[in-house]
Amino acid sequence: MGGATVVAAATVPDALTFAIAAVICVGGAFGVVLMRSPVHAALSLVATLFGIAVLFVEEDAQFLAAVQVIVYTGAIVVLFLFVIMLLGVDRKERVLADVFKGQRVVALVLGLMVLAEVVLLGRSRWTTGAHSATGSLEGSGSNVAKLGRALFTAYLVPFEVTSALLIVAVVGAVVLARRPDHRPVEPIEEVEVPLVPGPDDDPFGAVGTDEDAGGSTAPDETASTVPEHASSEPEHEPAEVPST
Amino acid sequence: MSVHASWYLTLAALLFTIGAVGLLVRRNVLVMFMCVELMLNAANLTFVTFARALDDIGGQVAVFFVLVVAAAEVVVGLGIIVAIFRRKVGATADDAHMLKG
Repeated sequence: MGGATVVAAATVPDALTFAIAAVICVGGAFGVVLMRSPVHAALSLVATLFGIAVLFVEEDAQFLAAVQVIVYTGAIVVLFLFVIMLLGVDRKERVLADVFKGQRVVALVLGLMVLAEVVLLGRSRWTTGAHSATGSLEGSGSNVAKLGRALFTAYLVPFEVTSALLIVAVVGAVVLARRPDHRPVEPIEEVEVPLVPGPDDDPFGAVGTDEDAGGSTAPDETASTVPEHASSEPEHEPAEVPST
Repeated sequence: MSVHASWYLTLAALLFTIGAVGLLVRRNVLVMFMCVELMLNAANLTFVTFARALDDIGGQVAVFFVLVVAAAEVVVGLGIIVAIFRRKVGATADDAHMLKG
């Protein structure tokens, strides 16, 4: 994105920083949308968040850049990865498969409409350009000091409301993550597994066809090898004829 | 002098659009959540850009609040997702049709 007009208006390091960070941001965003595995999408999201943190530094928002890295990539994305790993849902998704007919085309058209609308709104002058009374970004003092002063004077009430929001979120997460019934966690059933697989253990019985399952679970087959299993086939034949 | 604000706004619009299209296209609930985060970050970039362009600290304070709301949203959303997945339904938003009550 670092065209000649950018370099003309800005110094070369600034333009270069913006260009690299913008490429990382857009590439990561495409990765989030297009990666098949949720883990890869989360890592692409990390790239985008880091790029935005770089842009925050570039725009004199040093505190927000640090918070961006700590909160977003340090907490939120890790939370995503925890859920992905915990639930084992890192199932790959066929991104290019269409479930509803034409869903992708409609989504793309809607996205382009959103982009056009945002750009059109941005081109018209919605801002008056007047400086606010809450605090100036320029001037002496660090960014953290100015942000803190604004947060604890002009924006004190929203800040306190934020704490209530966090409490509600914590309580909500606890309620949602609780087990639905009040029974204690049942211990895992102990299944007696023979150390040496016996002759009647059919490892493929669970995934076999109905004929295999009907043959192997018969009570009169105690020590069946494959030829015996084949020889005992005729006595099950009346039961198997309706299933086929 | 830094890069002009319109470039930042264009980038933010692009990121927002990519996030919106991803939200519409993807069916994995977690990836949809990530797309929402993408859109929130695009909005944050716009806030910071206007804070610099208008010389106002209020934009950065707004980003602070957006960060808090995003964190709360992710906590509750992932709690809902865990509660859904505990019922062994599946990984996509189409599998969560029992939410209609």
